[in-house]
Amino acid sequence: MGGHLNINHLMFLGQGALWTIGLSVIALIGGGIVGFVIALARISPLKSVRIASAVYVQLIQGTPLLVILFLGYFGLAAIGLKVSPLAAAGASLTLYVAAYLGEIWRGCIQSVPKPQWEAAEGLALSRTQRMMKVILPQAIRIATPPTVGFMVQIVKNTSLASVVGFVELMRSGQIVNNSLFEPFAIYAIIAVIYFAMCYPLSLFSQRLERRMGRGRSNLAPA
Amino acid sequence: MQQNPSSDSIVSLRDVQKSFGSLRVLDGVSFAVERGEVLALIGRSGSGKSTALRCIDRFEKVDGGEIVVCGHRVDRPDVDLRALRQDVGIVFQSYNLFPHLTIEQNITLAPCAVKGLAHSQAKDLARKVLAQVGLEEKLHAYPEQLSGGQQQRAAIARSLAMQPKVMLFDEVTSALDPELTAEVLKVIEQLAADGMTMVMVTHEMGFAKGIADRIVFMHRGKVHETGPASILTSPTTPELTQFVGTGNLKS
Repeated sequence: MGGHLNINHLMFLGQGALWTIGLSVIALIGGGIVGFVIALARISPLKSVRIASAVYVQLIQGTPLLVILFLGYFGLAAIGLKVSPLAAAGASLTLYVAAYLGEIWRGCIQSVPKPQWEAAEGLALSRTQRMMKVILPQAIRIATPPTVGFMVQIVKNTSLASVVGFVELMRSGQIVNNSLFEPFAIYAIIAVIYFAMCYPLSLFSQRLERRMGRGRSNLAPA
Repeated sequence: MQQNPSSDSIVSLRDVQKSFGSLRVLDGVSFAVERGEVLALIGRSGSGKSTALRCIDRFEKVDGGEIVVCGHRVDRPDVDLRALRQDVGIVFQSYNLFPHLTIEQNITLAPCAVKGLAHSQAKDLARKVLAQVGLEEKLHAYPEQLSGGQQQRAAIARSLAMQPKVMLFDEVTSALDPELTAEVLKVIEQLAADGMTMVMVTHEMGFAKGIADRIVFMHRGKVHETGPASILTSPTTPELTQFVGTGNLKS
């Protein structure tokens, strides 16, 4: 590298962008799975489970992602576990995303009108059946727009993984800049790439919300 | 199960107490429903009639007294709720059909999930109960495509599909206009004619008079007056006199 911005630099940035997408997908899937468990735990009939999950959510939401990333990377190393930057970033983002998605989804589950629970109970469905067959299918419809909207946050937040040496879009930009010393131009390119990834998600979320708005009467308590 | 007070009773409440906070909603309520009987619970808003009905299916836990429904001791904490609710069907004021499922799926859900009915059998059953409420052609419609009266009839069909021993109706026509009310009441009348045991909370005095074997008039959390449907035309307490007086003006 060195000299002027050329196709190789752009290829390198493109590779970083792919890792940003990869890390986002890891965070979404990992955070989605853990977040689903958190959402269910938050409305568990067992008080201890409710409290434990609430504490988890509060702890994560009250800690900067940057700190969680450092704890994941250096903390695990300090106790003798050598983890790769990808594993540390993936695990940290999973914990982080789980707390937020868990709360979003809990709200969606609870926004299914209470008479729906009662009707399902009146038909002798078990708690699991009520959840799986009656409540969740309705909650998923409610949850889709805010979940897609939150994916924008995930994509942008993966940029923090650059601090543990994971070469995603932000880190690859820093590396290119170290050889070219054209920070404004390079970070402008990076901003455009982030925008190109996030804007379609935002649009999609808005469209889902509008479509939901039309079908709203469907879910309102009669 | 244990010490059923009256062996013929499908539902029996004895001295049932229930408070919401400091508000005493049920203050020693007792009544029984025999097999095949239609009992109408009437009274002003806030008299406790809906709460009494909901206690039968244990949507409310009682503070004291005894409730026996189809042999289940509903007042006990260890009552088998799923067994109870297979014996008891309940229909609500707001229909509460599942909006993400077709009418057929609404009906087949519980028989398949709870009773393990095969899918093909459940579909036959759905057709049968929908025919009972006159809605065969709505098998594949979604709830939102139906009128209020049709939704309520579908909700009744959904309950019937579980073949309950007793049906509870909680002000099932209160959200409907007179025309739609009539079509729902017709369905309930047919059920009564077929011998279904029913407990209904209703504001339709004319209907109660026509269909109920027995009337329970509730007032301030107590059973204030009870008797055959004729008590609506010749009440003995001033409260019921006043209540049917205002009710007749409406109908």
